[in-house]
Amino acid sequence: MATIDLLYFAWVRESIGIGHESATPPAEIADVAGLIDWLAARGGGYAEALGDKTRLRAAVDQVFVPLDASIVGAREIALFPPVTGG
Amino acid sequence: MIRVLVTDAAIDVAGELDALERAGGGAVASFTGLVREDSGVEELFLEHYPDATEKALRDLAAEAMQRWSLEAATVIHRVGAMKPGERIVFVGTAAAHRAAALEACAFLIDRLKTDAPFWKRETRGKDARWVGERDSDRDAADRWKR
Repeated sequence: MATIDLLYFAWVRESIGIGHESATPPAEIADVAGLIDWLAARGGGYAEALGDKTRLRAAVDQVFVPLDASIVGAREIALFPPVTGG
Repeated sequence: MIRVLVTDAAIDVAGELDALERAGGGAVASFTGLVREDSGVEELFLEHYPDATEKALRDLAAEAMQRWSLEAATVIHRVGAMKPGERIVFVGTAAAHRAAALEACAFLIDRLKTDAPFWKRETRGKDARWVGERDSDRDAADRWKR
């Protein structure tokens, strides 16, 4: 799979310790949930931020998507908590 | 006319209302959200997803323009650090008549709360915590589904 830009926001960003990185997930990872599991397996702040998928939301190429959405061909994936603006 | 702005500067409500009144409608409605003073919060920090935020707000404004045949819609959201009493968000609509202006204004603030990528962090003394999702906000946004 090609390299993907990963963005993290709010407490996801704080737990992981960075707001942005590039990654090349293995080709068998097809959806956002699979990507989250792959990242969480790095342990440490990743496991802390990404261990409970019910607390997470995602956007693929800046469009909000459910966690079973495909990441095939994605260039930018953002992981974050439910939004709280307004 | 759609006006969308994400800014770290103070929101000029009078200037925004003035522009809406010149949009050609007979009715202008608006909502202003403030940092609450009553909960001991000393600072509110608003984080956002820079490239996606403006598009999310613009999409909501476009939906409101079309659904209520508005003359104008304005959505302005602060980001960065704010103190109690400061304006966080301003939504304004201009339409031929009041019902469209009022309904579209309520639609915009309800949907903004669930559809736009902003996150609030409250600081009280040394304690900083991210604000959690509220079921009541999701219910308010859901009532505009059709």
